[in-house]
Amino acid sequence: MSIVLDSGEPAGPLADKWDAFKDQMKLVSPANKRKHTILVVGTGLAGASAAATLAELGYHVKAFCIQDSPRRAHSIAAQGGINSTKNYPYDGDSVYRLFYDTIKGGDYRSRESNVHRLAQLSANIIDQCVAQGVPFAREYGGELATRSFGGAQVSRTFYAKGQTGQQLLLGAYGALNRQIDAGRVEMFERREMLDLVKVDGKARGIITRDLVTGKLEKHAGHAVLLCTGGYGRVYFLSTNAFNSNGTAAWRCHKRGALFANPCYVQIHPTCIPASGDYQSKLTLMSESLRNDGRVWVPKKHEDAEAIRNGSKTAKDIEPQDRDYYLETKYPSFGNLVPRDVASRNAKTVCDDGRGVNITGRAVFLDFETAIERDGEDAIRDRYGNLFHMYEKITGDNPYKVPMKIYPATHYTMGGLWVDYSLMTNIPGLFALGEANFSDHGANRLGASALMQGLADGYFVIPHTLGNYLATHKPAAIDESHPEFETVQQEVQDDIDSFLESHQSGSTTVIDVYRRLGQVMYDRVGMARTADGLRSAIADIRKLREEFENDVKVPQNTDFNKYLEVAFRARDFLEMAELLARDALEREESAGGHFREEHQTEDGEARRNDDDFAYVAAWEWKGDGEEHELHKEQLVFENVKLVQRSYK
Amino acid sequence: MATKSFVLKVWRQDGPDSPGTVEDLTEYAKDVNEHASFLEMLDLINERLMADGKRPIEFDSDCREGICGQCGCVVNGQAHGSQRGTTVCQLHMRSFEDGQTIVVEPFRATAFPVIKDLVVDRSAFDKIQQAGGYVSVPTGPKPDANSFKIGKEVSDRAFDAAACIGCGACVAACPNASASLFTGAKITQFALMPQGAPERKRRVSRMVETMDDLGFGHCSNIGECEAACPKEISLESIAIMKREYLKAMLAGS
Repeated sequence: MSIVLDSGEPAGPLADKWDAFKDQMKLVSPANKRKHTILVVGTGLAGASAAATLAELGYHVKAFCIQDSPRRAHSIAAQGGINSTKNYPYDGDSVYRLFYDTIKGGDYRSRESNVHRLAQLSANIIDQCVAQGVPFAREYGGELATRSFGGAQVSRTFYAKGQTGQQLLLGAYGALNRQIDAGRVEMFERREMLDLVKVDGKARGIITRDLVTGKLEKHAGHAVLLCTGGYGRVYFLSTNAFNSNGTAAWRCHKRGALFANPCYVQIHPTCIPASGDYQSKLTLMSESLRNDGRVWVPKKHEDAEAIRNGSKTAKDIEPQDRDYYLETKYPSFGNLVPRDVASRNAKTVCDDGRGVNITGRAVFLDFETAIERDGEDAIRDRYGNLFHMYEKITGDNPYKVPMKIYPATHYTMGGLWVDYSLMTNIPGLFALGEANFSDHGANRLGASALMQGLADGYFVIPHTLGNYLATHKPAAIDESHPEFETVQQEVQDDIDSFLESHQSGSTTVIDVYRRLGQVMYDRVGMARTADGLRSAIADIRKLREEFENDVKVPQNTDFNKYLEVAFRARDFLEMAELLARDALEREESAGGHFREEHQTEDGEARRNDDDFAYVAAWEWKGDGEEHELHKEQLVFENVKLVQRSYK
Repeated sequence: MATKSFVLKVWRQDGPDSPGTVEDLTEYAKDVNEHASFLEMLDLINERLMADGKRPIEFDSDCREGICGQCGCVVNGQAHGSQRGTTVCQLHMRSFEDGQTIVVEPFRATAFPVIKDLVVDRSAFDKIQQAGGYVSVPTGPKPDANSFKIGKEVSDRAFDAAACIGCGACVAACPNASASLFTGAKITQFALMPQGAPERKRRVSRMVETMDDLGFGHCSNIGECEAACPKEISLESIAIMKREYLKAMLAGS
């Protein structure tokens, strides 16, 4: 059966599409809403805001998270801010401009209609969050403060020190708590979704594992919302949380949901560099630091060498011997170029032998100029907690010496394919936030992830879900439907046979997983080649075999962290191959996907719009079978496709 | 890179109803990279335990950058260890001496039953928040964000209180296992901001009463909570909570 990828967006002018959708959509009456159960998987910004809003509308909501509390979802760690077209600084911002910046920032590989709706809703988000009591940064006059982020020439980013994600998530968590207190949301903590239950082709429930007791549970509903974040942990080391994973999305993929653009991965330029094999994660230093921090490396190789061996420090390098390469190369945007551009340039100068830490993979982010200009107190006010965090991890004081930073995997633009209603190709299965693919194209701009998560959860899904329920009228079924028992038994059999076959082995889950990450960084990372990708696929297959045959896993079936990690790593070993395959098929460079064969003379990404202006949506064909590629052609009616320039 | 070895003793407990015991894991705690975080040290011990066919130490963690609040244990008698303003995931082995004795135990409180080893059940914290730790506004059209004018000083103080990560160190550090700093932080955020005003009496009454009902002890102004708090939430939050509570009681809410 061939799959037709239709965005389902209303016809008509771009700026009117969302209103047209809302005017035409079908509604569920208040009395009927409470007869519908909605399963929300994940409680980050997208999940918590969706669960709270749907419950308030009257739906019966069941929400699930893998952590011990919904407040811990990894949205909590987002630092820098959230974009909005409020235009308070009166510097020329508009809905169109945010739309345009996002499309351009994504290197013309996202869907115009979804992005435009996101820009339209961005102002509502700030109003909503302020009404909730989110303590955004303010000016002395009492109004909201903004700052600039990469890829924009206006100041449209709202923030709460370097803890914007925390404050927005706690706002959504509060809204969720209000509904839990009112009895309209049933909250299930320490539960991991391990499978999707389909009945008559529609998503009708999930199988979860209680991570404390190890017992499987069935949950039936009229729709399933995946708000489970991205798959950045396929690189093992990333800025994601230890438990962040792609399992729920991958299991849905294996039940028929298409996985779109997996090769679009954001490797964030400003992270604390990797330094040893004991490391379990890399820590982000917010992009907002590039408002005041200047990125540089020494011009001379001997100076870089001297810094690496400790005979010189940054202070010993005279101003004329410093290469502020972003400011020189991109005078219009300077240090505030988009993330993919900043990352690639950091790699280039380090490949050139001018890296500044012991591994040779780091560049300076220097606040000396800003401290001289504004004073240490002003810098502390803006970034105090980030500087504090940096000092705790590295032992260096960034008020005195420049930070050392290097790119690390941070965000995945790819995800489950969704239409304009955020519904996957499986009716009744929706994907929100980072779990879907729709808004950021091949590269996400800073401060846009929080915006998307909250737009999807607070403002999009309440409308599109109702329209689905009123149109498709899914039948009333519960967990006694035989399909639930069938799927639960399949999951149980899988767990049992997995434990059985991993009683002994010469290595551990973490060891194989870490090596997978190394393959991904080396060959499916910031720069990719056809040969590298082919050899990566071969190595991923070998690792998968080793994982199957030689990994020892603790055998207890109750609380068992390494069993959880084993299942997630096993899914990543499958997903990794698809990621590399997608990167191999995409014979162009776009945003975070950089193929060395496809670059301009000065080393910028060169797209091929004639052949690759499409969404690559991959269909699972079964164990051991090749994925099948489906294409959604991207249509650009409102922006002109040009070579991205930040010069 | 420099490595260190430790005399390591860890609380092991199979389940909520099992008796726990301190296990000496010194033989597994040799040659630890001093730049590893405390949790990465435990990761390493676990790899070695599993290689030996032994059950790894169960502990909670997630973001590993000090913001999610999922990690937390008592290190040498102090919640999150001895370093001020630091979660245990941000504590690094460079701050320990080579050969030092390290004793690791779970956060202990009646309201935080042990699940396994260092993992405890902190769902009581969620219940306190559910009793009113929010402003009751539905999703939908709202007044323009700048129609709330809030002075920078007030906003900054509200932010400082809102920075609580809900880790539970304050409870673990308190001899009475009081949750006053945790509860007070949220009440303070909304007591300072105009958005919190309409529900202030109901909020403080319900949250304080829920806290008491869940088995947390009373605050007797010892101040250990503030010292242990990785986000350095001020004791002033408790004073504000008490004042708000008194006002609510006098007003008969």
